[in-house]
Amino acid sequence: MNKIGLIIKREYLTRVKKRSFIIMTFLGPLLMAAIYIIPILLALHGGDEKKTIAVVDQSHWYERQFTNTENETFIRLDDISIDSTKKLVQDGLFDIALYIPETQLNIPSSAVVYSMKQVPMNVESHIKDVMKNEIQVQKLLASGVDPDILEKIKTDVSLTVIRMDEEGGEKETFSEIQFIIGMILSILIYVFIMMFGGQVMQGVSEEKSSRIIEVIVSSVKPFQLMMGKIIGVSLVALTQFLMWILLTGAIYLGFSAALGISNPEAISAGTVMTQEINSNNIMDNESVQNILNIVKSIDFGAIILGFMIFFLLGYLLYATLFAAIGAIVEDNTDSQQFTLPVTVPLIISMLSAIYVVNNPDGPLALWLSMIPFTSPVVMMVRIPFGVPIWQVIVSALLLLATFVAMTWVAAKIYRTGILMYGKKLTYKEIFKWLKY
Amino acid sequence: MKIEVNHVSKRYADHLALNDISLNVPEQSIYGLLGPNGAGKTTLIRILNQITGPDTGQVLIDGIPLCPKHIERIGYLPEERGLYKKMKVGEQAVYLAQLKGVSKTEAEKRLRQWFERFQINEWWNKTVEELSKGMQQKIQFITTVVHEPDILIFDEPFSGFDPINANLLKESILELRNKGATILLSTHNMSSVEELCDSISLINKGEKILEGKVADIRRQHHTSTHEITVLADDTSRIMALTDDFNLKIEEDEIQGGLKITLVDDSPKELLMKIMEMGTLLSYQEVLPSMNDIFIQEVQSKNAKS
Repeated sequence: MNKIGLIIKREYLTRVKKRSFIIMTFLGPLLMAAIYIIPILLALHGGDEKKTIAVVDQSHWYERQFTNTENETFIRLDDISIDSTKKLVQDGLFDIALYIPETQLNIPSSAVVYSMKQVPMNVESHIKDVMKNEIQVQKLLASGVDPDILEKIKTDVSLTVIRMDEEGGEKETFSEIQFIIGMILSILIYVFIMMFGGQVMQGVSEEKSSRIIEVIVSSVKPFQLMMGKIIGVSLVALTQFLMWILLTGAIYLGFSAALGISNPEAISAGTVMTQEINSNNIMDNESVQNILNIVKSIDFGAIILGFMIFFLLGYLLYATLFAAIGAIVEDNTDSQQFTLPVTVPLIISMLSAIYVVNNPDGPLALWLSMIPFTSPVVMMVRIPFGVPIWQVIVSALLLLATFVAMTWVAAKIYRTGILMYGKKLTYKEIFKWLKY
Repeated sequence: MKIEVNHVSKRYADHLALNDISLNVPEQSIYGLLGPNGAGKTTLIRILNQITGPDTGQVLIDGIPLCPKHIERIGYLPEERGLYKKMKVGEQAVYLAQLKGVSKTEAEKRLRQWFERFQINEWWNKTVEELSKGMQQKIQFITTVVHEPDILIFDEPFSGFDPINANLLKESILELRNKGATILLSTHNMSSVEELCDSISLINKGEKILEGKVADIRRQHHTSTHEITVLADDTSRIMALTDDFNLKIEEDEIQGGLKITLVDDSPKELLMKIMEMGTLLSYQEVLPSMNDIFIQEVQSKNAKS
């Protein structure tokens, strides 16, 4: 037992001290933070560039419909030609010019926008919305609808989705947020398993090809070496994960402090906050309330705990297989035929995650989150939506049992493989090793 | 520690690697394990190191069946050797010693002494990949002996060493034996067998074909060949001796005079005659080299089967 500790320590320390690990540890949270922070910064500084827009409406249907907004100033210049309209933009008097041609009878449903630069999406859609709305109004009026009624039917819809549990509790759900979190988690677990499983494989084949293996196995049992490596690498993965959580949190705190937002709950709701800030710089009471509700609805504790459990078990299962492959292959060129059967279930679970996230309680989701080889990724998609606790336990136990069984298989392959050189191996031969 | 290998057999899927092998390695001696490639030496060594187990038979260490507690008493230098390339030399040596049950502080102390002796102190903080192959071999040797094992197993220890370092290694091996270690030496370098080994066994195709003390084996394989060097004024009389004796005469370029090679059970008669004819410079019985014995034994065995 003492020796396995020594192996774990070496595997852990050599990896944690590597430059690539340190870079990844700091780069990961920075990248994640950048995804959120850059849009905020753009929204606050870059995005609010003011545009003056010349409206040349030769049809005179749109008299008062274009109202100024914070970033858009509309100036009416109705009776000039198309050429002078273009010239206005070319001379830099206006950023954008909207030219609505004259029509005989109906309200025009097409127009041209001139600009020297790319027209911002929101300006484009604003113009479209205004025109579309006006056309609808005009058509309704033309078919005899009372203008008063038109005024009355303008309503804002607010949809609140309540998810009920068996005890009769009710909880508001926010599908989009869960969708995003589910996808991020499944991608993260997939990347982690591939990355750290790959490290185990690489470590094993490095020991084999550098021939140090014979010295080591004359001191410790191959099983101890294999498990020591797998556990050591898993600790590296957990270290990286925890560092990411801590650093990401720290970056948010620092950034939010700089922005003067001191509500810690709003901070942890990263994505939500971004969207809110994007659309509205001044957070009114309602949106703060909204954020709080969303934050409350997401059980971060359960997600982090779930991630730890399913990452660890999933990693352990795949890492034993990767260790066995590392022991079989002598150089990287012939590793392909052996890694493929191991990576295929992972890739399948990643692909099916896209379907599962749209129907997280469907039969496909249920089965794939139970089958041990796909369950780590698929269960992580489901957890943000809330999964019955018995399903989580059954899935975790199945995964654990499969891991134990696979360890037995992998240890046999590993033990024989690490000392086997210069022989082209076939699956048939490897199956024979299981009987030794 | 005494090693007894009793009727050990080991079969791999397609061939019999060891067939009922029995060996006796006396305590505090250097024991040569010889045999052509693929004879089963590595398999036997791996059994001794408990990397693999025998199908039948057993190994006794001082009368006790081989068990995990023996692992720390054995030092093993494999033929195909290697170290973690990206790890620092000192750190790595300490780690390997710890795996053999030496405490960290003790390992560092002993390693510093060994590094001093091999004059490689400045390598402590270098990574292995910065060192030349010969340097790596030195480190590997030190890591094999640092836990002061009672049993040492060297598989081709001299490969990759220059003559000076090979000599340093030989001295170290002899010193370890004199301090009480039992040493198993597997090598194809027959001159080092003659120099170092107290006894040997020869394995061919998984079977032992020869075992014993090196001196005894060479004597048993004597070919009744004698070498006489003589200085004579009148060489024609000596030349004439070829009529009566089974001998070969040639000029001795080093000592001058004639070198006579006689194949006969007793050189007495010839010596008497020669002493009358000239001055006897040297006489010796020529014993076959281990190299010759190796080739002869293996070939005759292979011819029979």
